Amino acid sequence: MSAVTMVAAINAALRDAMDGDDKVVVFGEDVGRLGGVFRVTDGLSDRFGPQRCFDTPLAESGIVGLAIGLAIRGYRPVPELQFDGFSYPALDQALNQLAKYHSRSGGLVDLPVVVRIPSFGGIGSPEHHSESPETHFAHTAGLKVVCPSTPGDAYSMLREAIECPDPVVYLEPKQRYWTREEIDLPLRTEPMDQAVVRRAGDDVTLVAYGNAVATAMAAAAEAEVQAGLAVEVIDLRSLAPIDVDAVVASVEKTGRCVVVHEAPRTLGIGAEVAALVQERAFYHLEAPVLRATGFDTPYPPARLERDWLPGVDRVLDAVQAVWEQ
Amino acid sequence: MAEISQRVGGNGARSTEPGTVAHWGQRRGTLHDADGLIAGPGDPSAGGPRPGDPCIDGGTQGPEVGAGGLGAGTGSNAALRGVDQPLRVLSPDGSPTGASDPPYPALLGPEQHRQMLTDMILTRRVDAELVDLQRQGQLALYASCLGQEAAQVGVAAAMRAQDWLFPQYRELGMLVARGVDPVGVAMMWRGAYHGGRGLLERHTSPICIVVGANALHAAGFALGVRLDAADEVVVASIGDGALSEGDVHEALNMAAVYEVPCLFVVQNNQWAISVPGRVQTKSATLAHKAVAYGIPGIRCDGNDVLATYSVASDALRWIRAGGGPVLLELLTYRRGAHTTADDPTRYRGDAELERWAALDPIDRYRRHLVAEGIWGEEEERRAASVADEAAAHVRAEVCDAADPSATGLFDLVFTRPTKELERQRAQLERELARRRS
Ligand SMILES: Cc1ncc(C[n+]2csc(CCOP(=O)(O)OP(=O)(O)O)c2C)c(N)n1
Ligand SMILES: [Mg+2]
Repeated sequence: MSAVTMVAAINAALRDAMDGDDKVVVFGEDVGRLGGVFRVTDGLSDRFGPQRCFDTPLAESGIVGLAIGLAIRGYRPVPELQFDGFSYPALDQALNQLAKYHSRSGGLVDLPVVVRIPSFGGIGSPEHHSESPETHFAHTAGLKVVCPSTPGDAYSMLREAIECPDPVVYLEPKQRYWTREEIDLPLRTEPMDQAVVRRAGDDVTLVAYGNAVATAMAAAAEAEVQAGLAVEVIDLRSLAPIDVDAVVASVEKTGRCVVVHEAPRTLGIGAEVAALVQERAFYHLEAPVLRATGFDTPYPPARLERDWLPGVDRVLDAVQAVWEQ
Repeated sequence: MAEISQRVGGNGARSTEPGTVAHWGQRRGTLHDADGLIAGPGDPSAGGPRPGDPCIDGGTQGPEVGAGGLGAGTGSNAALRGVDQPLRVLSPDGSPTGASDPPYPALLGPEQHRQMLTDMILTRRVDAELVDLQRQGQLALYASCLGQEAAQVGVAAAMRAQDWLFPQYRELGMLVARGVDPVGVAMMWRGAYHGGRGLLERHTSPICIVVGANALHAAGFALGVRLDAADEVVVASIGDGALSEGDVHEALNMAAVYEVPCLFVVQNNQWAISVPGRVQTKSATLAHKAVAYGIPGIRCDGNDVLATYSVASDALRWIRAGGGPVLLELLTYRRGAHTTADDPTRYRGDAELERWAALDPIDRYRRHLVAEGIWGEEEERRAASVADEAAAHVRAEVCDAADPSATGLFDLVFTRPTKELERQRAQLERELARRRS
């Protein structure tokens, strides 16, 4: 076992996938010589050559569109979009084309494309570098959306995403890039479409993903210390589809549910989880499902992000509110 | 003056004299013949889509646009000749190249020369201060413009106060030369405000981080200027990397189709983070791309402030007279890291850096002005003190500056916050009050 960062885990997953299948190709802005602005693709162009890991011109729509063409041709492209906010120039190719090509081909063509996107905030970045783009993708039929929160999951889920015959948007919580986990690679964790219980408890269910899992874990620990509450934390891992059975199983036990995410509140993943829970577990609920989220404003300038982001405080407020109902 | 502008294409180009501006647009006269532009076939009011034209309404193209889109010879070898040799009027040692005599517009008097050199020195000084402030934790990030001072100050000096700039994010020199307080730029990099402060007051759009997006805004703004028949010109400033974005192609195309008063300035600093220019395009030069849009493309030494100023002035005059958009490629070099978060030793070597350091734009201009008797020790002292004062001002205003209130974010979403935003603001206010107590 060794302490592996999430960056190293993703890098290893790309390397192992490229080793195992010469149809896997990696490309994007600065992913070649530089190894990516976060060094996620470090060493890949040296190891596999510029045919299989290469820099593209600065054109995000082009990057995703190119991936579609390569996939139709039989490749397994793993393009990188450099930051969340720069996935938006590629939305036509992602939402209109990548998501729909399989169905438009009458099911004849698979699109095994994994679009990797360093995502979310919390690292003091400039504007457009801290977006939470998940809802745009999760709302679009035909795209799977996954988001690991640990290095082990990052490795395993990326390997599985690359093997998946359908397009997967793979959101990397960049604030967690340098967190370490004692693991042995290669490893496989739970299938990527399953949610995982990170901490068990009977009193309140916290549902989170990405950066917010660590916040939820910290809030759960705090709730235990402050109020003796046993808070269960569910790491969704997959945002499309959502593992509703796992969430419902927990809420049937606790009767209380809070969803935590950085994304703005309106029409975020929290809205979908709340709807699913009331559809499936209404009679188990002791309180309305609440959300501890970012606000419905543009992501703030770096110096204000601590105030804006859902921290332990905001989560505890919601936990207390559902508990005291 | 006719010699200083080179072109690689243009409306109705019937190229008889490659390398001069005389054939920039036979259809509309020439760049330097103001009478020819305003009268006869070159009268901007006579051709091209006008407010209310079917072209602007989304219908069929105005006849002038179709006719003038790609004139004979536009793509010919003759028309393209010379673009590999960018226009340069000052040699690296500061002596005139003889490309033009005098090596700058006679209009430029000693005071303007001193102002431009002072702006370049000030830009470099404040730029270095911002790098320091980032190292000291006062800024979240900074993108230095070291080495690009001539390109930036030269373009800004050619603009008038009423003209408009749509910048990318590395334009400290353009901004200060337009009178923007660098504190407003620093506060963006500090992470206090998006877009910077004090830019719009100087007819400058907020700093644009999404590469290429500003080119379309500039084209649209310029369309508005044209519809208003206003005496303003719009400058879009983009990088060599930005030119690969679809947005920029759409901007150039639409600007050309509508013949809007917009100058697209590409600072070709050779790099887009770690990606060199040859990975961005197979075009021989960036100016070549203008050919396909049917607009003039010019390539110029961006480390030569007089060449830059002269070409930008020509282009702006052409545009003001109704000639339509122009693409100007300024060859320069990003001598610093992409940003303070970047490590350029991973992708480029010292030899290249040394080569470009030897082409320093400030040294070159200073030598020239000294030789001309326009600049001496007294001027040098004065410029240094102006620059030091600006740097000290930035440091004083930025260091430990109080942050804006996070609850103010709710005021900026719409002109008036919605009820839901007010509820969310109240939630944040409660959280902040509790944290304070
Ligand atoms: C649409 C978009 N994609 C990616 C980025 C990330 N990024 C920031 S700067 C940059 C390179 C830009 O190069 P260039 O246009 O040449 O400008 P320069 O940095 O050289 O001034 C990239 C890829 C971005 N800001 N916007
Ligand atoms: Mg560049």
